[in-house]
Amino acid sequence: MREGNANAVGCDGKENIMNAVNHSAAKSQSGLLSILFVALIGATVLFVAGHAQSSTLHDAAHDMRHATGFPCH
Amino acid sequence: MLQRMLAGGLIAGFAAGLLGVLLHFAFVQQKILLGEEYETGAVVHFAGASGAEAHDASHEASHDTAHEHEHEGSQPGDAARNALTVLFTGLIYAGYGLVLVAGFALAEHFGQKITPPVALLWGIAGFVTFQLAPAMGLAPELPGTIAADLGLRQVWWLATVLATAAGLALLAYGRGVWAWVAAGALLAAPHGVGAPHLDEFFGSAPPELAAEFAARVLGVGLATWAALGWLAGRFWTREAG
Repeated sequence: MREGNANAVGCDGKENIMNAVNHSAAKSQSGLLSILFVALIGATVLFVAGHAQSSTLHDAAHDMRHATGFPCH
Repeated sequence: MLQRMLAGGLIAGFAAGLLGVLLHFAFVQQKILLGEEYETGAVVHFAGASGAEAHDASHEASHDTAHEHEHEGSQPGDAARNALTVLFTGLIYAGYGLVLVAGFALAEHFGQKITPPVALLWGIAGFVTFQLAPAMGLAPELPGTIAADLGLRQVWWLATVLATAAGLALLAYGRGVWAWVAAGALLAAPHGVGAPHLDEFFGSAPPELAAEFAARVLGVGLATWAALGWLAGRFWTREAG
């Protein structure tokens, strides 16, 4: 915002720059949220397939857990 | 951005998982099956060196059986069991793939460029993070291995993965001596603390079998992770272009 004001030369220019600044801040924030979201999905998959101890899951994932070095039993 | 990450991570993950499971059936599965035969007592390893209960009476016969078994080659096995291994290997590498592309996106967010050679290095770093560093404390276990409390081992595993990932990221992208010192400390800390272990060994399988199993697991892991990094990097740069 401050940057927008400093660079503004007129009403139209100011508005455009402020829009651009707001837009890039919003984009950056949504980018970080997307990254967090994808990392969380990945971590959840890893937890369920690799660590969860329900006996059905354990039996189904057994060979893969041994073969990828997860603590299994 | 979201679509690029999800599609790239999942496709690269499942494709790498497919390679991983092929390598698993070629190199690892027969070791698991043989380990299970020792676990159930279907074949018995002589107990001389380990100091466990003596099985001397069955030594001769069982030792021969074990060797014959090893050379029988692949058996049809249990189809459902193998199908589940395919499914879960695909799933686990899809999970790794998503975490990897989230890492790519985070690096680009901070102005680092991800190119295919860099992505290959990320894949190898992923192998170090998720498999090699935890294996330093908790070696890949044959079925039948008796080990310390599962919860404690999982906590150590997770802490090691987080510390190794942070350490490698600092080493690669950190600036200045203190970043490198912190990186070294993070990489070393889990091994300084040490993984939970029992005071005795209880293995029923021969040490040679356990060693072959562990070495092959790590080799297959490296190959699969390298493929994952390479594939994810290809998708990532293609989508960007």
